[in-house]
Amino acid sequence: MTAPFSWIRPAPQGIYVAPADIWVDPSRPVPRALVTHGHADHARGGHGESIATPATLAIMQLRYNTREGARPAEYGETVSLGGGVTATFLPAGHVLGSAQILLEHAGERVIITGDYKRVPDPTCAPFAVTPCDIFITEATFGLPVFTHPPIGEEIGKLLKVLQENADGCILVGAYALGKAQRVIAELRAAGLHDTIWLHGAMEAMCRLYEEHGVALGDLRLVSDAPSKEALRGHIVIAPPSALNDRWSRRLPDPITAMASGWMRVRARARQRGVELPLVISDHADWNELTATITQVNPQETWITHGREEALLRWCQLNQRRARALALVGYEDEDD
Amino acid sequence: MEEFAALLDALVYTTSRNRKLALIADYLRAAPDPDRGWALAGLTGGLDFPAVKSSTIRGLMMERVDPVLWTLSRDFVGDTAETASLLWPEPKTQAPGQGLTLTEVVERLSALTRTTAPIELPALFDRMDAKGRYALIKLATGGMRVGVSARLAKTAFAQAFGVAVEEVEEYWHALTAPYDALFRWAAQGEPAPDLANVPRFRPFMLAHPLEETQVDLEDYAAEWKWDGIRVQLVRAGGETRVYSRSGDDISATFPEFLDALPVEGVLDGELLVRGSAQGGKAGGAASFNALQQRLGRKTVSGKMLKEYPAFIRLYDVLLLEGTDWREAPWKSRRATLEGLMPRLPESHFDLSQLVEAEDFAALAAIRETARDEAIEGLMLKHRTSPYLAGRKVGLWYKWKRDPLLVDCVVMYAQRGSGKRSSFYSDYTFGCWDGDPDAGAELLPVGKAYSGFTDAELKKLDKFVRQNTVGRFGPVREVKRELVFEVAFDSVHTSKRHKSGLAMRFPRIHRIRWDKPAHEADRVEGLRALIKD
Repeated sequence: MTAPFSWIRPAPQGIYVAPADIWVDPSRPVPRALVTHGHADHARGGHGESIATPATLAIMQLRYNTREGARPAEYGETVSLGGGVTATFLPAGHVLGSAQILLEHAGERVIITGDYKRVPDPTCAPFAVTPCDIFITEATFGLPVFTHPPIGEEIGKLLKVLQENADGCILVGAYALGKAQRVIAELRAAGLHDTIWLHGAMEAMCRLYEEHGVALGDLRLVSDAPSKEALRGHIVIAPPSALNDRWSRRLPDPITAMASGWMRVRARARQRGVELPLVISDHADWNELTATITQVNPQETWITHGREEALLRWCQLNQRRARALALVGYEDEDD
Repeated sequence: MEEFAALLDALVYTTSRNRKLALIADYLRAAPDPDRGWALAGLTGGLDFPAVKSSTIRGLMMERVDPVLWTLSRDFVGDTAETASLLWPEPKTQAPGQGLTLTEVVERLSALTRTTAPIELPALFDRMDAKGRYALIKLATGGMRVGVSARLAKTAFAQAFGVAVEEVEEYWHALTAPYDALFRWAAQGEPAPDLANVPRFRPFMLAHPLEETQVDLEDYAAEWKWDGIRVQLVRAGGETRVYSRSGDDISATFPEFLDALPVEGVLDGELLVRGSAQGGKAGGAASFNALQQRLGRKTVSGKMLKEYPAFIRLYDVLLLEGTDWREAPWKSRRATLEGLMPRLPESHFDLSQLVEAEDFAALAAIRETARDEAIEGLMLKHRTSPYLAGRKVGLWYKWKRDPLLVDCVVMYAQRGSGKRSSFYSDYTFGCWDGDPDAGAELLPVGKAYSGFTDAELKKLDKFVRQNTVGRFGPVREVKRELVFEVAFDSVHTSKRHKSGLAMRFPRIHRIRWDKPAHEADRVEGLRALIKD
């Protein structure tokens, strides 16, 4: 009899499952990998075999040109990994295709959440609360100052400023995978049917979302606009890196907005020169993180990346066993 | 109060100066009296509520939030007011229609004592949302940090009511919040306030760094740039005041001047302590370090007055016996000042001597001696320049001596505030206390948080995160690996530091990613540069 949970090991470059010789979200190429979702800090090319949801595999093929060794697993599907380990993919509610991975071995259950959120998102399946022994959670917004307001409020703010600035345009910085499509889908749900203009880097991912059944309405590329004038009174969506770039000089009197959980903190908005901060995040906020740990009610909570110190403290205050994993390579700046 | 909170919030997110001016001006036109006066006081840093300190806010939060979670949050957000506004537990029942006016808020804050503050403040917080709490705490603790200088707020005031900002500056320092007379004059067209007999501060004329510019000495006069504090001495209505560069009344710190000026007028000069460190015996001034013994004191003992006797080295005259000289060219003002000198007591005043030189090259050679003479550098003043508030291009230049350089090793890092929150941007660095290859230790010699670009800051931040070897609250100790070439103006003895010295104006000159730590400089080398 081996020690409990000795089959799963956090290492600096990811989580390693020894009996199956497989890694979860490794930060460098390995022979076999389980991938929670398509963001670059979790998914990358070069693995011998990648097991992920079909949507995540499609995203990986688009972004990292991974064709070889793609092995799809649907939500709810249990995959046998060898060595007596199975993996079940469960929705994480983060972006299209995002999954929590439930690993089981010798009657022990471990869930790796990847990134997740708990509020409804029209572009992906909602997080499924699933019982387990060890819950390995993210903590990107693991500080009590982070509470994300209902998205309806933030979309309302954006539409109000759009209405007040018919002579200019609103440039919204949003991460190209997930955030951009969610903002567009929410704008559509709020009744905006006008053309939404896109930075070139958004196009392929929006098309992929549409192919996966997420309707995004009339989208056009800024580079195809007949004139600068055509953009007046419209919303333009670009990756955050383009906000203060030369690219944005082609826009007519833009008001710079940014959709990110970091916008909760004024200094973060100012660092990026954001005039209209929109607190919209694809990560769980403090209340979602703590509520999720309470609901899942694991024996032990492991914290992968973000503000792990504060979440660790909360676990301690609530008599929950917890530890922080020192994983490298996870970036959380782009939410 | 909601309008003021909305104004602050809008200002935070506005980068354009013109849009900031428009936001403030719109507010000042629309808000009622005396709300708008209090708002103007808040924006210009003119409010002080001694019962409410940053520590008061922290204390309130500690009772409601776990102290560890508070510290982690504050450290990440980089601003106490914002952290508290976000972490304050939302009241269960929102009482509608209980909005307070800004004036009511100011009145309540003024009435607080240290004992009542912890009871009254929570009641105020409960009546506001996060935005309102942010504004309230900023107002109560001072220091808005919303990217608005006092000058910008005054400019917005001038713009709101179509008056000249210079005229606003003229009256400003004689009036107190909520500036009734100022609003009556600017907004309602009443006569300007009569301040002839008030010993009030006039804005200083300031200089640009010379950089690569060369000037013709036919047009410019040179003076030494003495290393003391710039002061303005004002006598009006039979009363004398000493003002610091920022316009603070520091008369109580330097009482020896209150009966020293026999004429009514406004004089500009450098406050120094008698000694011989600067410019030798002829220079007659002690080092800044000596002057520091006198600064920041509310009362001064007789012993202090005797051991560190202060005097003012006069640079300029703004007003004298009813005549306003500010429009006159520098050379006329200089002649006036020279004419005044025999009437002033030598014990308290002398005249800043002109530095004569053949041409610019000769002046440059004289400047080279500033280091040995322990003088900060030279000033160049256009001979026809009027005395204008602020920094005007081409009229006055400061030409500081070249800085000293020393290679130090980064030892600790701390996160910055405001714009730099979440970045490790404040560094403590040290020099070797002997031969590092023979086991010598690093001793901290200074701290700096400027001199690098945003791109370099990102790289430094990454270095700190990847090379942390210890944590002490918000401070990270890093591997002794990275060398900074630190520039500084001078170095002085100090009892406060283990190394026994303190640098003036240290800033990071170059980041030496290439240099091994053991090749950094030794403390003894720095000690040799002390000129006290």
